Amino acid sequence: MIGVEVRKLFGRPRTWVSILLLCALPTLVAVFLAVSGVGPRPGEGPTFLAAVLGNGALYPAAALGIVLPVFLPVAVAVVAGDAVAGEAAAGTLRYLLVRPVGRTRLLVSKLVSVVLFVLVAVTAVAVSAYVVGTSLLGTAPITSTTTVSGTPLTAEELAVRTALMVAYIGWSMLGVASLSLVLSTLTDSALGAALGGLALLVSSTVLVTLDAADAVRDYLPTRYWLAWVDLFREPILWRDVERGVVVQGVYVGVLLAMAWANFTTRDVTT
Amino acid sequence: MIRTHSLTKRYGRVLAVDGIDLDVREGDRYGFLGPNGSGKTTTVRMLLGLVFATSGHVELMGHTVPRHVARALPDVGALVEGPAAYPHLSARANLRLLDAAGPAGDRRSRRRRVEEALEEVGLADVGRRPARTFSLGMKQRLGLAAALVRRPRLLVLDEPTNGLDPRGIREVRDLLLRLNAQGTTVFLSSHLLAEVEHLCTRVGVLDGGRLVSQGPLDDLLAPTGLTVVRVGDPAAAAAMLDGVVVRREGDEFLVARTSVDELTRRLVAAGIAVQGAWPQQRTLEEAVLELTGSGSDEVARR
Repeated sequence: MIGVEVRKLFGRPRTWVSILLLCALPTLVAVFLAVSGVGPRPGEGPTFLAAVLGNGALYPAAALGIVLPVFLPVAVAVVAGDAVAGEAAAGTLRYLLVRPVGRTRLLVSKLVSVVLFVLVAVTAVAVSAYVVGTSLLGTAPITSTTTVSGTPLTAEELAVRTALMVAYIGWSMLGVASLSLVLSTLTDSALGAALGGLALLVSSTVLVTLDAADAVRDYLPTRYWLAWVDLFREPILWRDVERGVVVQGVYVGVLLAMAWANFTTRDVTT
Repeated sequence: MIRTHSLTKRYGRVLAVDGIDLDVREGDRYGFLGPNGSGKTTTVRMLLGLVFATSGHVELMGHTVPRHVARALPDVGALVEGPAAYPHLSARANLRLLDAAGPAGDRRSRRRRVEEALEEVGLADVGRRPARTFSLGMKQRLGLAAALVRRPRLLVLDEPTNGLDPRGIREVRDLLLRLNAQGTTVFLSSHLLAEVEHLCTRVGVLDGGRLVSQGPLDDLLAPTGLTVVRVGDPAAAAAMLDGVVVRREGDEFLVARTSVDELTRRLVAAGIAVQGAWPQQRTLEEAVLELTGSGSDEVARR
């Protein structure tokens, strides 16, 4: 069943178009940077962008910084929101269930295929950004590749840290996926589930910046989203990354339990 | 094959299905009749474990639903409230995908089984086209094919001829008769009386969520005990039959308390030409309308 779901997701043109679009924006930014040679001043603009001019190897990190706030959550929410609600709206859900595919099994397969989508999307952005970055922005001599803290970084260290970053962002996106998946089991509208998930994320983002919401800030799902920047400090600042992993883990656990509890007990009337 | 015991489903304040006791036996061609909104589809969904009953008990091929529904379903082919398919995939790909998704779909024979099912419903030639280009009738056939891929022992079909042209309806009927002759039990839910009258051996009639009748079709259509006679001279006949005529329509009389033999003998003896005489038999339509009242889609009656 998992194989069937994965085939279904990646056999769809829509999936590849969304991944392509995800890769397109950082590429566009890289082209502008390379042509104009004008980067944002340090401390301004998207994370990292100031540092990548003349150092393409750091561009995957910058690229993920570009897509993380909006594009990546949108893509993930759309795929996860479609998971159950899309089948329900198309009427195929009832035929899968009487096939029979167990409800828990179906939900797990959907989750696995969404996770796979997140990994493929994040990896595709990182890889395409590396290719674009190194070819357009040039590779600086290894010694001048530095951390945010200004200390030098070897190529291996950079690779390891980029991999850690991909994993961390993937984990954050799993939170988004879980949220949309819950909504997907509650409604028969894939669009509703995706937009509902995004609305909650936007609310969270707003609250994070609000001083008056200080009391709850540390428990908001998007609070530690940008903590992966700390992976590029010297030494790595683990505190926020660890908290982010834990907070996100709690959200994922609770939301998936909700999705399961709801889906296995609800009437399928579409 | 299917037994329910005071099966009930309540949606909020609406009682959609009200304590029904279905009994579908092996080898039956069972017609499940009822006006729109009488609870047919909700019942079908409960039989298949899609909707959970508020109370009552369902047994599907000896397995309790919904707890053990997964044990029964591999032997069940179903068409529930219209077909559904992935629009970007071909008919073949749709059937293969669905077959691969669940248990009891042997991988080695999958290609052959899918081809046979497509052949059976008359879609073999268009198996390559994406399902989104299909007409309603073709989608319906694809839904039927999906129900047939694993040679089920029980077919649960909800309005299977919806959207089919007369020839298609005939083909589906022949197909179901053939499968039934080979031992497949057919449970057919429909509001099309003609379809049920032509196909089914046993019927259950649902009205307002209640099972108002269940039994052999022939019992439902049993003679009413009245006699219909058509005569050449209605005025004379009316005078002679005064007192026993239940209804008169032109030269046709509905007569009580008299057999066909006796009636014709008396009329002929009186010199009144008899053009025809037969025992009155209700059509399925009359029988069902009598059982269900006139309403359909009426909410107030509940």
